Amino acid sequence: MDLAHSLRLIAPEETLSIASLVLLLVAAWSGDKASRLISILAVAVLVGCMALVAPALCYGLSGPDVAAFGGQYRADAFAAFAKLLIYGSSAAALIIAPAFFDRLGQMRAEYPVLILLAALGMGMMASAGDLLTLYIGLELNSLASYVLAALLRNDGRSAESGLKYFVLGALASGILLFGVSLVYGFTGTTSFAGINAALSGNLAAGALFGIVFVLAGLAFKIAAVPFHMWTPDVYEGAPTPVTTFFATASKASALALLMRVSLEAFGSQADAWRQIVIFAAIASIVVGALGAIGQSNIKRLMAYSSINNVGFVLIGLAVATPQGAAAMLTYLVIYIAMSLGGFVAILMLKDEDGRPLEAIADLSGLSRTRPGLALALAMIMFSLAGIPPLFGFWGKFVVFQAAVQAGFVALAAIGIAASVIGAFYYIKIVKIMYFDEPVDTVRGRSDWAHTALLVITAVFMSPLGYLLTKWLDGLAQTAASVLFLAA
Amino acid sequence: MIHVFAFYLFAVLTIASGAVTILARNPVHSVLWLILAFFNAAGLMVLVGAEFIAMLLVIVYVGAVAVLFLFVVMMLDIDFAELRAGFVKNFPLGMLIAVVLLAEIVLGVGAYKAGAMHLGTPDGTAITAPGASNIAAIGQLMYGRYLFLFEASGLVLLVAMIGAIVLTHRQRSDSRGQNVAKQNARRPDEATINMKPEVGKGMTL
Repeated sequence: MDLAHSLRLIAPEETLSIASLVLLLVAAWSGDKASRLISILAVAVLVGCMALVAPALCYGLSGPDVAAFGGQYRADAFAAFAKLLIYGSSAAALIIAPAFFDRLGQMRAEYPVLILLAALGMGMMASAGDLLTLYIGLELNSLASYVLAALLRNDGRSAESGLKYFVLGALASGILLFGVSLVYGFTGTTSFAGINAALSGNLAAGALFGIVFVLAGLAFKIAAVPFHMWTPDVYEGAPTPVTTFFATASKASALALLMRVSLEAFGSQADAWRQIVIFAAIASIVVGALGAIGQSNIKRLMAYSSINNVGFVLIGLAVATPQGAAAMLTYLVIYIAMSLGGFVAILMLKDEDGRPLEAIADLSGLSRTRPGLALALAMIMFSLAGIPPLFGFWGKFVVFQAAVQAGFVALAAIGIAASVIGAFYYIKIVKIMYFDEPVDTVRGRSDWAHTALLVITAVFMSPLGYLLTKWLDGLAQTAASVLFLAA
Repeated sequence: MIHVFAFYLFAVLTIASGAVTILARNPVHSVLWLILAFFNAAGLMVLVGAEFIAMLLVIVYVGAVAVLFLFVVMMLDIDFAELRAGFVKNFPLGMLIAVVLLAEIVLGVGAYKAGAMHLGTPDGTAITAPGASNIAAIGQLMYGRYLFLFEASGLVLLVAMIGAIVLTHRQRSDSRGQNVAKQNARRPDEATINMKPEVGKGMTL
């Protein structure tokens, strides 16, 4: 292992950490009035990091050449794919924030710094090749997330969401660490490749316990049933830009980590964890769909929608084939675009004084008062429900295709049947916007950054998105194939 | 011989002070017993040749953590009567948890004795040069093999610090901060006044 080579490979992490330290100093000296400048610089840094990781994906890098620090860190195509998603959605969370916080006078200079540090931890999760990297990346990301959730100190709901996230997150970390220690005890190594080799053959009962605990800890992070209880409360209480960050970047990094751990470290024992993942997938789809029906707050509704969507992604994981993994990545890209669009649309729901509106009842008759916004929201809802010809359908299609190809016809059938339940509440929103009497509460002016992001995501979700399928599938397959080299 | 004697001395004292930590009625005494347990554990560490961990135990746990505990315990206003009031009500629950923990221990020891459990063996990558002292070995791993993770842990601590400041620090109008420049610029003749008070008249400041 050559130190200089390793240091070259972790260039995105170095850039992010140095940038966050410098910006922290700027924040400390200039205070909150510099927050806009710091946000702009932070977005520039994230875009720069995207440029740094993109070559690894374009050239499909993998293997020992891109392993840094003795395999603790990988700068391969899969990590690059996940990092592009993570850095991109972190940048989006920075762009949408000022308009929300400025009205409250709560735009803190630390917000961009914390987002950068969280993105750094998420990048480490996506690049993890060792249980230690996994844990430290996860903690770096989680710790920053707890603070971000509680950022609005004067708002009781924000404090509640931060506290709930912290307590339950700490519990999940404990479960994960317990699993990690069992896996280490029974395999004698913390590196994913070593664990994969040590687990092949007969599986010791203790190692199985370890796998179950690790997966349970990670299921909390991706908000899969039965570890989803925190999601609606945290998504509702956290400031909306932070919720957007949780629903996009956090989700992408946790799913990338779950894929790495299950397919790289536990890949030789796919039969052992498959039933767990299948249960979590079906339960998430059903609970996400049923739980959303009774909601009256649109942020809670989006939280249940995210639980529901995680279930579909997990179907790809249960398949445990390169096609399944590629389908997961494709689904993830489309889901992130949809959920970003959804939350930006929620940010644009403001009353005359600019107060954010979150009740679904406020959407009544939106098509007559704000036709453009209503159209975008309707597209997002139809797309989340997976109704063709919108792009959301393509994500579900590739996941089910991978499941059927690998012989999991029953799993795919249950998934398709359950997605019909989910379609009910998405279409209910569309019905409220288009057929109910207008209440005309949404009157606030929209920020140009919000409008621009909403238009971009809406175009991506429209049938025009299908022009990208070939390119997107190619990249997803390149990235996913990296995970199956060891197996 | 002295080895065996020292081991049993430290071991018995560790277990005994650990037990008294739980049994002591006064929480302050509990913390003091805990400190004794730490000291004896450090003695055990010295016996097995891990002198660095022994020092760490004394400096970090006794010097910092236990003293912090002591402060917290002394600041808490604990009503002992109220503490004991819930005892009978929670007794069944406590017993249940104790039984579950006991069953787990018995199960674990039994499984280990049965010999079916085979634990993994270290892959040997973490071995350092023979003959190196404890500190040198730990340092080589931390700043060599685990350099990346060590630095990243530093960032985790930084985030914790930023978080604590972001969530608790607020600008208050009635707080008066220190102005070093103003203090340094102060001259003795501005700071002191020579007064000649007359007898029986008092004086104004």
